[in-house]
Order: sequence, then structure tokens, then C-alpha cells
Amino acid sequence: MSPAQSVFAAELAANEASEHRPLIITLFAVFVAATLFITVWAGRQTKDAADFYAGGRQFSAFQNGLAVSGDYMSAASFLGIAGAIALFGYDGFLYSIGFLVAWLVALLLVAEPLRNSGRYTMGDVLAYRMRQRPVRTAAGTSTIVVSIFYLLAQMAGAGVLVSLLLGITSDAGKVLIVALVGVLMIVYVTIGGMKGTTWVQMVKAVLLIGGTILITFLVLLKFDFNVSDLLGKAAENSGAGSAFLEPGLQYGASGTTKLDFISLGIALVLGTAGLPHILIRFYTVPNAKAARKSVNWAIGIIGAFYLMTIALGFGAAALVGKDEIVASNPSGNTAAPLLALHVGGVDSAWGAILLATISAVAFATILAVVAGLTLASSSSFAHDIYANVIRRGQATEKEEMRAARWATVFIGIVSIALGALARDLNVAGLVALAFAVAASANLPTILYSLFWKRFTTQGALWSIYGGLIVAVGLVLFSPVVSGDPTAMFPDVDFAWFPLKNPGIISIPFGFLMGWLGTVLSKEEPDKAKYAELEVRSLTGTGAH
Amino acid sequence: MATDAPPPSKEERPLPSAEEFSEVQQSAEFAELRRSFRSFAFPLTVAFVAWYLLYVLLSNYAGGFMGTELFGNINVAFVFGIAQFVTTFLIAWWYSRHAAAKLDPKAEAIKSRMEGGA
Repeated sequence: MSPAQSVFAAELAANEASEHRPLIITLFAVFVAATLFITVWAGRQTKDAADFYAGGRQFSAFQNGLAVSGDYMSAASFLGIAGAIALFGYDGFLYSIGFLVAWLVALLLVAEPLRNSGRYTMGDVLAYRMRQRPVRTAAGTSTIVVSIFYLLAQMAGAGVLVSLLLGITSDAGKVLIVALVGVLMIVYVTIGGMKGTTWVQMVKAVLLIGGTILITFLVLLKFDFNVSDLLGKAAENSGAGSAFLEPGLQYGASGTTKLDFISLGIALVLGTAGLPHILIRFYTVPNAKAARKSVNWAIGIIGAFYLMTIALGFGAAALVGKDEIVASNPSGNTAAPLLALHVGGVDSAWGAILLATISAVAFATILAVVAGLTLASSSSFAHDIYANVIRRGQATEKEEMRAARWATVFIGIVSIALGALARDLNVAGLVALAFAVAASANLPTILYSLFWKRFTTQGALWSIYGGLIVAVGLVLFSPVVSGDPTAMFPDVDFAWFPLKNPGIISIPFGFLMGWLGTVLSKEEPDKAKYAELEVRSLTGTGAH
Repeated sequence: MATDAPPPSKEERPLPSAEEFSEVQQSAEFAELRRSFRSFAFPLTVAFVAWYLLYVLLSNYAGGFMGTELFGNINVAFVFGIAQFVTTFLIAWWYSRHAAAKLDPKAEAIKSRMEGGA
């Protein structure tokens, strides 16, 4: 297909979609109405702080596993990975693998101790045996920064969908939709709290898995369930030939890009266990055993989903073709919805219905993840910063919850504003930055806190702030922000750090700073507090 | 004391004292629990991270090997990727089995003794 034809095809997809705009809007409205109903229902049952922050701790392991999956399979997984595979073949598959393997860190080292010793936030565990105010301030800061990076990616996904579905490419249209997403998430979180958000995640996870199974089935059907044929066709239509199925198409160009691949790989595998919005999910179940089981459910569900990204990504390369995908979105973010259109038939009603369904699922995905992220950051603001730092532990539950609700409104407004910044970057790449920041600032502190008895307040602060500043700083001076056609600010160039992902530098730096801060500290670690934390984290004694 | 104490509320169960925690932490029983957790989880973490990094490094620096076609269009790289999924599922299952058999009973015993006020 020539570029002109493919631009035409992309426009056709948009027209096709806008012809069925009522259908898309109806499907989306049904989801919104259903989730708002759940939210109001959950809101009525949200009475105390444990309800608001932790959904009353009464969800079953399966329910929470589903909700964890819902929180984790973001626009990055659905739109971003499909796009990355569709454009770069095998190199895009690294995301699927890294995102999944990462769960073992959470399962083996973090989920159960965290559930046993914390109460509402990640900061509860980080500050457990440290001086409360400085460490909670640091934990709250890094929670909010990680969540904002993640939000940025979701908002980019929302903008992409709008331009595909409604044919709106104007900034005003995008801002309108981003604002709508922002307002809905404020409503979900302020009214429904963790209970409402958890149910929304479950509904969304079922929809996303259902939609993905459907498309995977239809793709495989076209190839008589012969994966080899699917891969062959993908390679043929990618224009890259068999190189499409081998590593190196995106990252093999030079020594620098290879380093970028390693950097991304490390960030993915170490990031998950430091993501605040995932960590607080473990507080929604009654005990550590249930937390373990919910991670197992999540690994099963997420693993199955990522296996299907093979069909989505390679299917899009085989059936939609690279030119049409690039014409629609340069980073491939629309590959999955376009694939839905093509498996159904470009000119048929069935194709349009599939496109509408998958797009509504993608919207639901974005909405739910955004709500989860907002809940994590507003919880951390209210519980770590407001209640324990500003009010020094003197705030009542009511005041704390009120602070959380106001923080939600504030973060909602910030993320709407940031939505305008996220343009043509691949959504998976953006989320990988959040993973890098989480792995640099949060994971070292979590692991040292739980397992290293000499760890001190100074070590915690150095590792959180050190990891955070280096990770964010390197991103700021990377090709993601400037000096690249797909950057946030493509017209200026102040990039001197060559890698798109900072993990390879910032993660070891975070660990190093935690160690250095500890060995150079003048204060002795609080032995009694460590005894308490260690016994509680391993046995569940006194767990909330 | 156990008999006339008010029923503990769901949220605010009084914690055992600092001395009790230190005592338990120093006990042989807790050392055994710590050992069975760490000696399983730590080496396994190192192993799966190394296995994953091997995959990343091979993808980067052994393109020829990874591109070897095994059957049809399925190459070594693809099989390696699927193998990462399989090992992830297996490790999750293996850890959970270990935890249920070796960790939970020990943890439960210590917890119920401490919370029982003994």
C-alpha cells in the first residue's frame, strides 16, 4: 500500500468509526452509567478510613486478583504493546515479557510483608521504623510523581482514541475528552473510594479480557489457528521480512539503542513491585495469604492477556499493515482498534461494531486505571503527608478522608492539564518511564526497609530522593522530552542523555544511595522497631 | 487476662509490647521461619532475574542465534519469550506451594501465640 493509500485507509477507519459514532457513544455511556451506579452503591457503604483507603479489607483473593489485573493492564498494555509489536515486531514483545516477569518480585518479596505490616499506603511500610515526617514526605512525593508519569501515558491513550474514533484531531476536542476522563475519575474516587474503584477495576478487567479473547480468536481464525502462518504474514506485511520476528528491529541499530533495550528491560522487571497504585491493592484483602493468592490470580490473568498481545500485535502487522497504522498514529497506539475493524471487515457493519466495542473497552481501561492512580496518590497525600506530616498524626479519620477527596480533585485537574502534553509518544514507552521511576525511588527503599536491619532514615531519604531525582532528571534531558520528532517538545533540543529509559543508571543509583546513606548515617537504626517490623511482616501479628 | 479483656475491635487490636517483639525476633522458632523464607525467596529471585536478563542480553547480542528458525516461522527468540511466561507461572506456583507448606504453619503458630497474649 502506498503512503497516500494508507492515509486514505486511516481516514476511512475514522469515517467508518464516525458513521457508527452513536454506537460507540452508546457503548461507552453504558459503561460509564454502570460504573457510576457501582460507585454510588459503594459510596454508601464507605464509612470509615479503612473503607475509603482499603475497601474495607474484605475482598476475596480472586476479586482482588481481578482488580489488580484491571489496575495493571492499562492503555500501555492494550494500545501501547499492540502498537509496539505491530511496528517493531519482536522488540515490542519485550514489554509483555517484562511486565509479566516483574510480578514475581511482587509475589516473592513485597506483597505479603507489605500486607502484614502496612495499613493504607506504601509510606506506611517505608516509614515504619524511621522518623515519620521526613520519610512519609518522601514516600508521598514519589507516589505522586510515579502516578503522574503513569497518568500522562493514560491521557495520551485517551487523546489517541478520540482522534481515531471521533475524527477529532483538534486540540479542543482532545482537551474536552481528557477533561471528561478527569471529571469521571474524580467522581469515582471521591464517592466510591477504594471499594468503588475496586469494583470498577473488576468490571473493566472482565471487559478487557473478553475483548482481547474475541479479537485473538478472530485473528487466529483467519490463520486456521496456525501461529507460524500468522507470524509469517506479519513479517511479510511489515516490510522488514524475517527481521521482524527477530530481536533488534527497534533497538539493534547501535550500541546506544542496545543499551536502551537493557535499560527498558531492567525498568520493566523491577518497576511493578514499586508501583504505589498496585501496592495499595494488597490492603483490600483480609490477610497476607489472600494477598499471595490475589497475586497468583493476577499472574494468571495478566499472563494470559500478554500471551494474547502476540495475536494483537502480530495480527495488526499482518492484517492492518504498517503503513495504515503509522498513518493513523506514528507510535502505533491505534493498532488494536484498527485490527478490530479489519478482522470484522473494513466495509462491514460487523467491522464497525468490533471497532466500537474495542474502543469502548480501551476507554474503560483508561478510565479505570486513571481512577486507580488517582486513588493511590490522593491516599498517599492524605494519609502520609496531610495526616502524619502536616497534622502530626492528630487528624481525625473524617479530616483525613476529606483531605483525600480534595487531593483527588486537585490531582484530577493536574492530570487534565498534563493530558495536553502527551502527544505522539508510544503509550507503553511512557508507562515504562513510570516503571523506571518506581524501580529507582521506591523498590530499593521497600526492600532495604523490609530486609536490612541496619537501614536508617537517612538511607531511606537518600534512596527515595536520589532515585527519584536521577530518574526524572534523566528523562527530562532524554529524547522523550526534547530533540526528537516524537518528543513532548519536538521543536527544542536540550537532550544530552541518549537513552529513552533511565533505568540502567537510576535504578542502581537508587540502591547505591540507600546503602551509602545508611553507612554514612550518624544515627543508629531503631532495633526495637525493626524487630517489630520483621516479626509483623513475616507472621502477620497485629495486621490491620 | 484473656478471659475478661473486652473483645478486640477489628481495626485496633492492641499490639504486643516491644519486648515481646524483640524476644520473638531472637527466638529459634522465628529464626527458622526467617531462614525458610529467605533461603527460598532470595536465591529464586536472583535466579529468575538472571534468567530474564539472559533473555534480554541474548536478544541484544546474539541476534543470529535468536533468529534461528526452529519450525515454520517460529524461531529461538519466540520460544525464549514463551519460556519466560512458562517459568513465571511455574515459579509462582512453586513459591505458593512452599509458602503454604513451610511458611504459613510457622507464621500462624507465632502469630496466634503473640495475639493470644501468651
